[in-house]
Amino acid sequence: MNAINQSGWKPEMQPAGEGAAPATHTGNRALMLGEPLIFEIGDSATTGVDLAEVPAGENRLAGLARTAPIGLPGLSEPETVRHYTRLSRQNYAIDLGLFPLGSCTMKHNPRLNEKVARLPGFADVHPLQPVDTVQGALAVINELAFWLIDLTGMHGVAMSPKAGAHGELCGILCIKAALEARGEHDRRVILVPESAHGTNPATAAFAGFKVEDIPATPEGRVDLGALKARLGPDVAGVMITNPNTCGLFERDMKAISDAVHAAGGYVYCDGANFNAIVGRVRPGDLGIDAMHINLHKTFSTPHGGGGPGSGPVVLSKALSPYGPLPFTERHADGHITLVEEETVGDRHPDSFGRMTAFHGQMGMFTRALAYILSHGADGLRQVAEDAVLNANYVLRSLADTLDAPFADSGPCMHEALFSDAGLAEGFSTLDIAKGLIDEGYHPMTVYFPLVVHGAMLVEPTETESKAALDQFIGAVKAVAARAKAGDASLKSAPHFAPRRRLDETLAARKPVLAWQEPAA
Amino acid sequence: MSRHYTQDHEWIEVAGDGATVGITAYAAGQLGDVVFVDVPDAGREVAKGDEAAVVESVKAASDVYAPVSGSITEGNAALADEPALVNSDPEGEGWFFKLRLTHPSELEGLMDKAAYKDFVATL
Repeated sequence: MNAINQSGWKPEMQPAGEGAAPATHTGNRALMLGEPLIFEIGDSATTGVDLAEVPAGENRLAGLARTAPIGLPGLSEPETVRHYTRLSRQNYAIDLGLFPLGSCTMKHNPRLNEKVARLPGFADVHPLQPVDTVQGALAVINELAFWLIDLTGMHGVAMSPKAGAHGELCGILCIKAALEARGEHDRRVILVPESAHGTNPATAAFAGFKVEDIPATPEGRVDLGALKARLGPDVAGVMITNPNTCGLFERDMKAISDAVHAAGGYVYCDGANFNAIVGRVRPGDLGIDAMHINLHKTFSTPHGGGGPGSGPVVLSKALSPYGPLPFTERHADGHITLVEEETVGDRHPDSFGRMTAFHGQMGMFTRALAYILSHGADGLRQVAEDAVLNANYVLRSLADTLDAPFADSGPCMHEALFSDAGLAEGFSTLDIAKGLIDEGYHPMTVYFPLVVHGAMLVEPTETESKAALDQFIGAVKAVAARAKAGDASLKSAPHFAPRRRLDETLAARKPVLAWQEPAA
Repeated sequence: MSRHYTQDHEWIEVAGDGATVGITAYAAGQLGDVVFVDVPDAGREVAKGDEAAVVESVKAASDVYAPVSGSITEGNAALADEPALVNSDPEGEGWFFKLRLTHPSELEGLMDKAAYKDFVATL
């Protein structure tokens, strides 16, 4: 058994020479603790819990009883808690600093949301409780449903999908059901522009459609002419991300929707980037038939390891009849019931079915509604305005530093997009990303969207102050200057992280996924 | 023997009614280190432009399209264990699949080496 904190993590933060810090006995640097694997802390010969001997007797495992030791390390509760707490300190989180991860809005999770979600009436309910005993929780779902319909200008909403891609599938299944109801079984193609999210073609393929690309214009938007030219009796619909992954608003959205509808198809909009337009634009006014809303992005519920996603789907009048069960129904006396298979009767006969066992991500519903009610309609509008303002501040501040391929396409929305053009020979986007780790930032999204060479996609969100943005911009400028100057030390960054640059190629080609007991 | 190129950066080397297909050195360079390749099984029929194989690098995953219609006769089994061949020898050992041409006239729409070189220069 190894002693703790002997993983070999020794950040070389102090230069050698006069005044250099002494080596420490543990290898730690003050409160910066290294951390070995849990298998290296405990071993299978120790135990953290004394369990009574299992009484002898015949087991009923039909020969499946384990014969070899399971090989799990035995650790006490404090040892286990400390291990995971120390690991968590090596993490980067929105609560620690600016998170520039574009395409995946990571913004502050207000503490008021957390307070509300922890109220016993929301936190301690069970989905199979009698509805009379969970009227408050059902009211939250119902109220949030109305807000989402109102903010998007749509007709209906399916609250149960559990995340963005799940919501996409829900929307596409609605389109499929609508086409089947029309008897149009030959509409097998979903068109996906280059500027869409990567999940869009995956969703369409998963639902059984054939996916075809629509090119982007040089300014980074959907090529309307190419789209119109491809429409026809075999096209089920389009999946468009708006604002798109180039950080641009699709100005032709209404014309796109009209053309798709005229050709007999439906319009799916990826609403992952709704943060940029909430309170400003109602997708329903743009002719969209289905759009998922990532509550864990636009409506500030925690995600990315901090909490589950939640992806309600808003639906047009044409698609609402096909939405999944269950949903809430508010009666004249204020009582709310759940409409499920047993109670639906003939009121919602065309539903394609059900996405989830229960009603969706209750904990996210309470947080999202708390966020909406604490901001109000005007506050939500300001969310979008500030998010767009911050992204444009980053875009213009770095325009002299990094190549911004769509800087002339008008203001960006919530994301600022850069390419790797202009870096010194042999230096790439990856080097910028690794250099930012040394500067104390999680890197931005890199190498996506694919339409931009060596893409770097920055989404500051409305969370950040000007001071925080200026510090980040300064860090990017400093790292970019090293990449342009051909500073060799950048090629081996990060220098100050718990691990130096990993061999991503080797890790992908020959992954080692299980701990192996070292040879004795 | 003649070698042709597509705008999607596949090369196809034709000998009689058989052909070998792979991705170009330019494509391999753009993808970066290739970590996974999925090649088609023998016997599969592909039409010109069909997705025939998948190549995945540390940066991105891409489809590889059939440059012409045909019947797959062999997928390069060596790529399963050593996807790095796509980087080290893209237009040789790193080939993806072989096929028997069913519509040889489709070759006429493809580029020759000089035309492909000019095409890449415009990117």
